[in-house]
This record gives sequence, structure tokens and C-alpha cells, in this order.
Amino acid sequence: MLQTEYVRRLHTGASGIYSDRSGWQKIHVDIPLVLLLMALAAVGLVVLWSASGQSAYYVKRQGIFLGLGFLVMLTAAQFSPRILQRWAFIPYFTGILLLVAVLFHGADAKGAQRWLDLGFFRFQPSEILRVASPLMLASYLGRRHLPPSVKHMLIALLLIALPAVLVGLEPDLGTALLIFAAGFFVLFLGGLDWRYLCGAVLGAMVAAPVFWFFLLREYQKQRIMTLLDPQADKLGAGWNIIQSTTAIGSGGLDGKGWIQGTQSQLDFLPESHTDFIIAVLAEEFGLVGVVVLLSLYLLIISRGVLISLRAQSMFGRLLAGSITLTFFVYIFVNMGMVSGILPVVGVPLPMVSYGGTSIVTLMLGFGMLMSISTEKKRPG
Amino acid sequence: MIHERAIKDHNREIRLFFFRLSFAALFVLMLVVLLLWRYYSLQVLHHQDFVTQSENNRIHVLPIPPTRGLIYDRNGVLLADNRVGFSLSLVVERSNNLDELLDKLDQLLDLEANELERFASLLKRRKPYEPVPLRYNLTEQEQGLLAVNEYRLPGVEITAEMIRHYPVGEYLGHVLGYVGRINDQEIRELDPVRYSGTHVTGKSGIEKFYESELMGTVGYEYVETNARGRVMRLLERIDPKPGMDLQLSLDIRLQEIAYNALGEERGAVVVLDTRTGGVLALVSKPGFDPNPFVTGISFADYRALQDSPDQPLFDRAMQGQYPPGSTVKPVFAFGALESGAVSEDTRISDPGFYSLENSIHRYRDWKKGGHGARVDLHDAIVQSCDTFFYTAGVKMGIDQLNHYGIRFGFGKRTGIDLPSERTGIMPSRDWKRGARGVAWYPGDTVNTSIGQGFMLATPLQLAVAASRLATRGEIRSPRLVSHIEGMEDPPTPPAGHIPGTDQHWDYVLNAMKDVVHGARGTAKGIAKGLTYTIAGKTGTAQVVGIRQDEKYDAEQLAKRQRDHALFIAFAPADNPRIAMSIIVENGEHGSSTAAPIARVMADSYLQLYSQEIADAAN
Repeated sequence: MLQTEYVRRLHTGASGIYSDRSGWQKIHVDIPLVLLLMALAAVGLVVLWSASGQSAYYVKRQGIFLGLGFLVMLTAAQFSPRILQRWAFIPYFTGILLLVAVLFHGADAKGAQRWLDLGFFRFQPSEILRVASPLMLASYLGRRHLPPSVKHMLIALLLIALPAVLVGLEPDLGTALLIFAAGFFVLFLGGLDWRYLCGAVLGAMVAAPVFWFFLLREYQKQRIMTLLDPQADKLGAGWNIIQSTTAIGSGGLDGKGWIQGTQSQLDFLPESHTDFIIAVLAEEFGLVGVVVLLSLYLLIISRGVLISLRAQSMFGRLLAGSITLTFFVYIFVNMGMVSGILPVVGVPLPMVSYGGTSIVTLMLGFGMLMSISTEKKRPG
Repeated sequence: MIHERAIKDHNREIRLFFFRLSFAALFVLMLVVLLLWRYYSLQVLHHQDFVTQSENNRIHVLPIPPTRGLIYDRNGVLLADNRVGFSLSLVVERSNNLDELLDKLDQLLDLEANELERFASLLKRRKPYEPVPLRYNLTEQEQGLLAVNEYRLPGVEITAEMIRHYPVGEYLGHVLGYVGRINDQEIRELDPVRYSGTHVTGKSGIEKFYESELMGTVGYEYVETNARGRVMRLLERIDPKPGMDLQLSLDIRLQEIAYNALGEERGAVVVLDTRTGGVLALVSKPGFDPNPFVTGISFADYRALQDSPDQPLFDRAMQGQYPPGSTVKPVFAFGALESGAVSEDTRISDPGFYSLENSIHRYRDWKKGGHGARVDLHDAIVQSCDTFFYTAGVKMGIDQLNHYGIRFGFGKRTGIDLPSERTGIMPSRDWKRGARGVAWYPGDTVNTSIGQGFMLATPLQLAVAASRLATRGEIRSPRLVSHIEGMEDPPTPPAGHIPGTDQHWDYVLNAMKDVVHGARGTAKGIAKGLTYTIAGKTGTAQVVGIRQDEKYDAEQLAKRQRDHALFIAFAPADNPRIAMSIIVENGEHGSSTAAPIARVMADSYLQLYSQEIADAAN
């Protein structure tokens, strides 16, 4: 159906009403974004080949994940913002239900219940919420006056907090914070009153000790302590950070060369093909490689910001802005954690770290971004 | 909803959104700058530190122990070599759980408490990825057990290492000593770099004295390892320099002959080369096999050695201090002549005892009834007349006795190249005041003059004295090592001379010859069938004091309380090549038990070296 529509438009396009819309736009493809993502994926595969110890297995699988990711993106792009806004509550509440199910029937992994075992495959419902939560928030606030009234703000906060708290109870504090952030960005872009914002920041500072002494589990405290003094436990919790900063630092300006990184190739670097892959890139391609990667990320973010600015509806603006900012948060948390300025939380480097779930979730977000980007101009 | 949308102020809302998005973008940029700064700081500002750290991570220095120098006897017979043995070592980094691993190994091999103890102490001072030895010298069965179970014993390594071996065993236990595992005290004293690859050090004997020569120089391998310590490639190798080989002046054939000549007796035999001071044989019997000590003797075996009444671990030749008895008489005879206390014409009457002036205490001669009315110095040496020496000694005084005793090497270390030599005692007024806190009595001089009382000497000192007599006063320290590989041989000329007139030397040496060859010589029993001459002096060292006028009855005394038999000798008497001392514990009379061993040694030496002697004569 899409194909026929495209062909039909091609004939009449020149004199049609939608003359400003190119063929790509009709199939909801944002060319700059796709090209940037493909470049990023290519860089990722090059680094992964080295990081996995030249494993064709990993690279091949990552290629399949990426292909799947692009497919998911293109599919998601076909849902118009109107439809996304109308049906946003379905993925949101489905996710909430699954999270509750996980709390009662989840498979145990390292003392935390995160996975739902469906027999044929296991997945983390929290992944759904990464996308569904900002979608729900944008959907809700997009229909309201902005800045939101106190009542709407409270409802929005509830919508943000519900999945975050459920994920936090698993406990998966890192993901909970990221889901919270994704929803919160919508509220912030929607005009959350600065006074509340400042109040919340102050409140968080007061609540921090309470968290530390009553809510954080031992391993979470340990991660934070490790950040403050990695040398305290060289072979234990501090090992990862010491090895990753050593890898990054020893890379220098132009790196040791592809597959020449001793830290990564000799297995000193833990999780080198997943969460710590940026250290491999930094060791082998140096600061130059880091800057190139960061530039690619910034171009994608810029594109996201542009899409957000050009969006046809407030729903589109809010959602696009949130997706873009969340994307940056992943980058920042990952690069900050590996370089030792943030505690170790399990956040992969977007599009570069090995792993299918992360890629598919990200591409789902980018798909919605493309949907917003290619929405028909509304009259008026 | 339609109503709400209608009253929405689109422009205001869009402006609000733009503002918020711009603010967020600014925040993003700030965080990007923070990230860039962090990576810049790591990769540019602290680059060198991290390069060093990454090199330290990757490159490990593995010490390669040098091969210990070999030890040969004077004819090139191998006395100490190195054999390959297999040890069980653990690399802690590679074991997932050390306690669990030790449990498993215990089930397989029955680890002993002392092994675990030693392992624990080695563990404390290990370097990362260094294999820590747990059991040495694995049997084939143990190796098999470990090989079969290797898959479930991560961190276990079977390492080949050189293990010291002493082919002649107990014949040379005291002389060579042995190497053993470096203990906690030694680890503090030894150079940690030099010993980085070595687990053993010389504990006694030659092995200890020549440790620095035998040890060699450690080599290194610079290797690249991965995070699990597996060696990925060799970057550089510096070969170790093996230790220097030693050649001893000792002749293992003479050593074995001397050892066997002692038969079932306990005692010591020292044979010196009079021309060089080289030690030809240095026997303390019973000996011990040093081999079990190398890999760690079991507690039970060690206790057995330690508790044996025969004291096999006790080196009688160097550490046994005996009253020299009459063997000291030639020395004091020379001193008496030199000091003028006695002349060649001096004759005394010997009623069988001696009394100091104004004293009724009788110092008995060994021969009841005495040696006759006209005993001169020659007779006194040949027949070992105590009364003559009492008289001469008192006339010389303790100061002169001490003076000549010291000159012949009594009361101080001989300077042999072995550790743990004892000094013996050459008594003097000062010594007695210092050691006993009392003044010297005239009676002490009487006892000293026949080598009794306070005087003590080691068999090695007696051999040195014999050698100084034989060489007419050439002062040499006895030496075991004659040649160190790659080094100049130490000089053989004497370090000094004991001054004396030829006439006096002739007189004393002639008398010593008559001890063996004279009709009334105390050792004439060994003269039978001699084709050459031996000069000697018998001696008897009292083990228990005998009261005044009490008859000494050897039959009544338990074997262990019988006198020690002593003999010093050199041969051939006219052109000495060897000097020796023999002590047979509880052998009673030097003439009957010790002197025959001297004959055996002289016969053997002259036979073994007949060609060399003949060549030297031409």
C-alpha cells in the first residue's frame, strides 16, 4: 500500500499539494538521520571487531541486530504522530503491567529481578518503558495547556514516577533513573515551573542521605564508593575503572592503532565489547577517535533538536525533544562511567556497544523521531 | 478537548518550548565539554602515567634462576650437581578460590602441615603471577594424579626446577653441607633481586661458605601477559649466568678411606697437604646424607638425626673440642727448647708423678712407676713422659706455653674456608680471668703442659699443628677449595713462619719419627712393614676426671666414658707431603686405635700419588 501510494504521488507530485515533500518523506525516512545512524553503526562495528577479539560471531550478530534495528525504525516511522499520541497509553500500561508481573514472577539474575521469561525468550519490560514513558508523557501534556497547571503537573509526575519506582524496586536503579529522566524531559520541555524544579533539586539533595542509608543496596553503595576511590579495592570493584581509565589514558592523542590496544586485546579491560567499548575506541584511536565519535553523536542530537523544532504538534516537539535528550543522557552516562566521573551503571554506549535490546529500543525512538520529522504540514 | 485546543495560545507555547529546548541544548553542550575535558585530561594531560600503568599491566618480568655451580674433588670427581625435579606450584591469580583449591589438593596428595605452613609464608612475599611452590620433588605417581585432575585445578602448575644432588652422600655431608629452602630469616639477609628466581641457598659447609660464587647471576624474561597472567609472547630474554664451579683439594678416595677406616667408631680424621694447606680429607663420623635436606627433610627423619646419641649432625672435625692431651707435646717441646727452659741435655728423674714445690698433690704420669731416672726430652716425646713435660711446662710458665700454643694454631680459628669452625681453648692468665673469673694457679700450668686441664682443640687444629711441625713452621690456613672457575688460584706460599732454629726443629721432628720408628715409641705398632717413614705423636684425652691415686680401669668404665684416642702425624717424615690428625672417641689409646688409621691414610696417599711423587722427585 505504501509502495502504490508512493508511485501514485510520483506522477502527480510536481503539481500536487504536497510539493515540498520529497519521495523519502513520503515513506517517512529522514535521510540525514538515517545516514548519520548508518555512519555510527559502521564505526561501532569497526570498534566491535577489535573489542570482541576479532570475533566474527559478535560482529555478525551485531550486524543482524542493527539490521533489525533499522527495520524497527522504518516500521515505527510509519505510525503518524497522531496515532502515536492517541494510542500511547497502550504500550505504557502494558509495560506497567509487565513490570508488576516481573516483581512477582521475574527470573532472578544477580539478586535482581529484571527479566520476564516467556519461555521462548527473555526480555526486560523496563526496556518498553524507556520508550513508552516519554511517549505517554508527551501524549498527555501535548493535549494540555502549557505550562501545565498544578493538577496536570501532578498527574504527569505520577505518570513519570510509576514506572521509575517499579523498575527501581527490581532493583535496577540505573534504568529507573533513565526512565525517570526520559519522562521528566517531557515535563521540563513542556514548561515545568522553575520553582518546582529548583525545589525538586533541593529536595533530592536532602533526600540523598536517606537514600544512602535506607534505600541503596550494598552493591550500589559500593559502586559509588568505588567511583570516589577506585584504588581502595584494586582487584575488586575498582578493577573496572582502573583498567578502563588506563586504557583510555594510554591511548593518548592518536591511539595505539586498531587491534593494537594492549589493555583490550590482553583482556585487562572488562566488558570490553559491551558497556566499556568506548575504552577500546579511546585506547586504539585516541582522543581523535573519541572526538570523531562524539561529533557523530552531536550531529544526530542536532538533527533531533531540529526535528523537534520543526515538529507540527506540541506532542511531536515534546516527544522528539525527550528522545533526543535521552539519547544524549545514555552517551553521557556511559562515557562518564567508563572514564571514571560517574558510578558504574549498566548503560551501553548507544549503537556501538554489543547487544540487541539496546539497539532495538534506540531505533524505536529514532523511528518515532522520523515519524515526527516527516509528518505532513498541518494547515494553519 | 476541542474546546481546550481552541483556546490554546500556540505561539506562546511554542516560544516556551523553544526556550526550554535551547536551555537543554546548552546544558548538553556543557556536559559535552565536561566529557571532552575528562578525555583530554586522561589522554593528553596524564597520558604518560597511563602508558606506564598499561605497560606495567602487560609486561611482566620473570626471573630465570641460574644453575648452581658444580663441585668437584681434586681429581675431577663430581661431588655436587643439579638434577631436574618437578614441583607443584600454585599461581594465586589463576585459581578461582585458593582455599577450595588447597582442599582439593589435600584430598589428592595429603598435604602435610609443614607444607601448608611453608606455602603460607611464601605466599606473603610472592609477586603477582609468581608460581608459589607447595610441594617439591613430586613422585611420578603424584605427577600423574595432578595431570589427570588438571582440569579441575585451575592455578596449579607443575614446574621443573634444578634440585641439588650430592652423589657421595654421607661421606661429605659435613664438608659440602647442603642447600635448603630459603627461610624467613635468610629472606631478610639475601639480596631479593639476585634471589628472585631461586628458592634455595647454602645452609652449611662449602655450600654456605661459597654461596656467592656458587649462586650465579639471575636472568630475566620480559614477557607480555594477558589479564589472566597467561604469557602471550616473549619480549626480551637476559640469560642467567651459572654459578662458578668449585674444585676442592679434597680427594674423595682418601675421604672414603678415612671414613671407612674409622669403622664403627665415632671420630674425626683430618688430612692436610703440607705443601699447600689443601685439605685432602676431612671426616667426621658418623656423617649424614645431605640429600634429604635439599627438598626439606621430614620432621621425623630430622628428629632421628638430632636425637641420635652418635650425633651425626655434629661436625667433630671442626666443632668437636677435645683436650689434645699428649699430641700437644711436640709443640711444647719445641717451645721449651726455643724458650731455653729445657736443653737437649736436660734430664729428669721420673718417679711416676710430679709435685709442685711445697705441695703434696701428685700429678701422675700415665705410666705407673715412671719412665726411669734419666729421661731427656727425646725420650719424653717418644715415650710420652708426662712428668718431664710437667717439669718443663712449669719451668716455661703458662705465658710461654700459651705463646707457642698460639703459634701452632691452638686457641684460634684455623681460617679454613668453611663456616662454623670453633676456636678451641689455648688457656692463659687473661683467658682464665675472663672466662672463669679466677686467677691462674700453678697447677693449671701443670695440666696445660700435657694438653689437659682447660686446653681444648679441634681435630682440624691438631692437623694444622701437625702440618706446622712437618713444614718446620710454615703457617698456612687449611683450604678446601683449590680452584674457582674463572678465577686465579689462591697463592700457596705460607702466610708466615714460626721462628726457630733448625737444630730444635730437627730434634723435635726426629723424636716424632721415633714415636713410630723407635724401639720404645708409643706408636711403634704401626711401623711394621713401612717402606717410608712416619712421624707422629699419640695422645689420650680424658673424658672423665680420675681422682688422685684411683686406678684407671678401662674395663669398668662404660664405653662412652672411656678416653678419646688421638694421634697426629705427618709422612713421609723426611720429606713431608701430608699431615694429619685422628681422633677416635672413646678409643682409649692413641697408639692402638688412632695411629693405625694414620698408617692407612699415609699408605693410601703414597700409593695413590706415587706417580706424582716420583715425577716431583725427578
